[in-house]
Amino acid sequence: MAGVVVVGASLGGLRAADALARSGYGGGITLVGDEPHPPYNRPPLSKEALVDEQEFEAIRLRSSSKGGAVNLVTGLHAVSADLSRGLVFFSNGSEMAFEGLVAATGLRPRALPIPKPGAGVLVLRTYADLLRLRGELAGVRDVAIIGAGFIGCALAASLTQLGYSVSVIAPEDVPMLRPLGEELGGALLRHHSAQGIKFGLSRLPVTIEGDARPERVVCNDGSSFDAQLVIEAVGSATNTEWLEGNGLELSDGILCDERLSFGGQGRFLAVGDVARFPNLAFDAVPRRVEHWGIAVDTGRYAGKALGRLLTSGEAEPAFKPMPAFWSDQFELRIQSFGMPGLVTDPAAIRVLEGDLDGEVVVGYYREDTLVGVVLVGFVQSHLKYRAAVAESLAAAGTSS
Amino acid sequence: MKVIVDLNKCNDHGQCVYSAPDVFALNDRGELSFRDEARDLYVSGELDESLRDVLEEAADICPMQAIEIEG
Ligand SMILES: Cc1cc2nc3c(=O)[nH]c(=O)nc-3n(C[C@H](O)[C@H](O)[C@H](O)COP(=O)(O)OP(=O)(O)OC[C@H]3O[C@@H](n4cnc5c(N)ncnc54)[C@H](O)[C@@H]3O)c2cc1C
Ligand code: SF4
Repeated sequence: MAGVVVVGASLGGLRAADALARSGYGGGITLVGDEPHPPYNRPPLSKEALVDEQEFEAIRLRSSSKGGAVNLVTGLHAVSADLSRGLVFFSNGSEMAFEGLVAATGLRPRALPIPKPGAGVLVLRTYADLLRLRGELAGVRDVAIIGAGFIGCALAASLTQLGYSVSVIAPEDVPMLRPLGEELGGALLRHHSAQGIKFGLSRLPVTIEGDARPERVVCNDGSSFDAQLVIEAVGSATNTEWLEGNGLELSDGILCDERLSFGGQGRFLAVGDVARFPNLAFDAVPRRVEHWGIAVDTGRYAGKALGRLLTSGEAEPAFKPMPAFWSDQFELRIQSFGMPGLVTDPAAIRVLEGDLDGEVVVGYYREDTLVGVVLVGFVQSHLKYRAAVAESLAAAGTSS
Repeated sequence: MKVIVDLNKCNDHGQCVYSAPDVFALNDRGELSFRDEARDLYVSGELDESLRDVLEEAADICPMQAIEIEG
């Protein structure tokens, strides 16, 4: 009998498979991923696992389903799927039949199309990438990180703590501009600069010079940064090629409805970084959300919804999560709740508590609705501010 | 059923508090309150079966994967 196939065996896929198993679904659950490892946790790759040289077991994700309920297959890549026939095809020529499908194939990092040497230029997404990075750090003094998003900044902080001389190069004028805004990004720029990171902002790298290995990164304003190792953290592409040919909207991840289902079928759901869905607590615009917590929330919802649908034919209510994000950089804990990135007008971003150059809470408003908060420090206050966002959204929802 | 928290792994993220507020709390320093009772490993007393769902959710959402459920 055809059961459920979950494609992509990382955080979102594992949580979906576990939740489906817990729902009591008895049709057989197969979790398939193309990495050689069982599911593991990615955030430590830029922090603990790099700094403390943690082994794989330390970052392995725990599973909550009873032994045997989920059949995990690693090292197998899905190349295509035929949704109308309920089949997914793999790189080794095998196929699997399904009555329900969860797409959890996440992202892969992009690389810049600029001239670069053949070695010493890396990305960081997988455990294999981490092992390469650790290997390549030997004998290196200067590291350049291209990209000033959360991953680039977290990595820059960790490598600085390890004693490397780190430059961060990016086109924006402050780090983490898109999610945090100009003022808070500016405050973190001052903080991280004081900790020793060299920022090369408002410029684009044009060449990574060096014969066999990098020597320096040269930018479009003529500046250059010494580096014997370069890490590209410039964004990602969604892993959706395997779903092509099924008439789906795949231009930026998998377009889903407010129940995370795609292709107009409740039996097909997408979770995690690859899912583009509307969160009706905010508005009806479908968006991808690259948060660890959203991979968990979407996975748990999808597993439960699919189990319910396949056993009783009933649908779950719409998925309306409260997005939560954290990033630890140096001694700072940056946390966000809601969707601060929705607000770009500086006048709608206000300090709620503290001050920008120390611990601070910043509120992001759309009209009068508090749609997001970011806390730097204030670790004892996050319950309060998360509740404030939830209340404000609920009030806006009832008034409109 | 018991809940076990590895306090060396735990980074006081407090995500567990949203999922299972009847079990997890933060103290006024913003740390997981179990730190007031244990150093390396916190082992709860016997917990009611009705808490299983929220505890599973807490264990799933813990960024450091520090929570185990036993029994
Ligand atoms: C270095 C790093 C640091 C991070 N730090 C933070 C942080 O501090 N806070 C935070 O909130 N988030 C952080 N994130 C983001 C977080 O890890 C992601 O949101 C999360 O991993 C998304 O999980 P996912 O299951 O959707 O996708 P992924 O983890 O990308 O997993 C997708 C899986 O599917 C596999 N796959 C892809 N295509 C196929 C195919 N065709 N067939 C079979 N398998 C396939 C992939 O190999 C992969 O194993 C970080 C990410 C990275 C890389
Ligand atoms: S969610 Fe995990 S890391 Fe955070 S306080 Fe709870 S146990 Fe600790």
